[in-house]
Amino acid sequence: MSRRPWYQEYLKGLWEENPIFRMLLGMCPTLAVTTSALNGLSMGLATTFVLTSTSLVVSIIRKLVPGQVRIATFTVIIATFVTVADLFLKAKFPAISKALGPYVPLIVVNCFILGRQEVFASKNPTGRSILDALGVGSGFIFALTLLGSIRELLGSGEVFGHEVIPGWHPWVVMILPAGAFLTLGFLVAAMNAIERTK
Amino acid sequence: MELLLIFVAAVLTNNFVLHYFLGICPFLGVSSRMETAVGMGLAVIFVMTLTATVTWLIYHHILVRFGLPFLEYVTFILVIASLVQIVEMFLRRFSPELYRALGIYLPLITTNCSILGLALFMVLREYDFIEGLVFGIGAGIGFTLVLTIMAGIREELAFADLPRAFRGAPITLITAGILALAFMGFSGLIRV
Repeated sequence: MSRRPWYQEYLKGLWEENPIFRMLLGMCPTLAVTTSALNGLSMGLATTFVLTSTSLVVSIIRKLVPGQVRIATFTVIIATFVTVADLFLKAKFPAISKALGPYVPLIVVNCFILGRQEVFASKNPTGRSILDALGVGSGFIFALTLLGSIRELLGSGEVFGHEVIPGWHPWVVMILPAGAFLTLGFLVAAMNAIERTK
Repeated sequence: MELLLIFVAAVLTNNFVLHYFLGICPFLGVSSRMETAVGMGLAVIFVMTLTATVTWLIYHHILVRFGLPFLEYVTFILVIASLVQIVEMFLRRFSPELYRALGIYLPLITTNCSILGLALFMVLREYDFIEGLVFGIGAGIGFTLVLTIMAGIREELAFADLPRAFRGAPITLITAGILALAFMGFSGLIRV
């Protein structure tokens, strides 16, 4: 077990183990909902909520769960919190819930949530597990908001609905599925280049 | 006619991978060689067809009937996990050749979001039983089609001289983007 200082558990999720740019996990919601910065941010927050709650529960019950059924147990816990998040969004923010559509329930199969339980929360004490979850969650929010902002900026000249470049001629393709793949491809390449200059 | 529309939409215009971004993980993970791509595709067609049938029956005859639709997500994910498990045991017992051919791709399907996506879309669009079945088969074939095209391109890309930063994932994503642009050409065909 790692004896790193506690703040390291948080910080590593931002860059070193960033789920999107470094690990390439959880691609489906990343590409699908980042048509605008706001959508990306809401998806990031919802996923972070599910991840942190699941890590909390899993790290508490980690000694009670038999090894053979751990994946099934984790999945049911994740599905429960996703149901909570989905019903909350539907009740309080119907517009966002509508924009995200079926991608909120699809948080259940977001691979890095299960991944964090498997490699971290099921082996570490509660405090560290929560920090780890918050760190990876923040990394995910950062990635989604960045991707959403770039696509919204090039697609409509706005960020978070505010006009940034007056008289911008919209690149419609950035809002379409193809734009998601292209933007993420170039972003990951940029992150690789930055990583190598270190 | 209605059924044909659902089928063509699921395969081409509203392709699961390139339009809904479902199943990107296996799409990026197992598309480096043609052989494995075909194996994965076949396994997905098989499981999608089964999932469409079983989740439809469970949703309409158990969850809706007893007023429990809020258990939708928990139920679906458990159904998919057990289905994959059952299919695996069944194949090992009755068709060892197919079992060997599919290999590790079968268990991996549980975490393939396109399967859960299929079940969710089916409920969202209120398909009846036959429509759901056709949708399941179509989505599976669409997934296989895109996966094999991608594998074909990546086998050639392996010989290309790329800038270092673009090797691996970035160029795969950009290729997928160009492929998505090509598939947009089908979009005039039908509207869903």
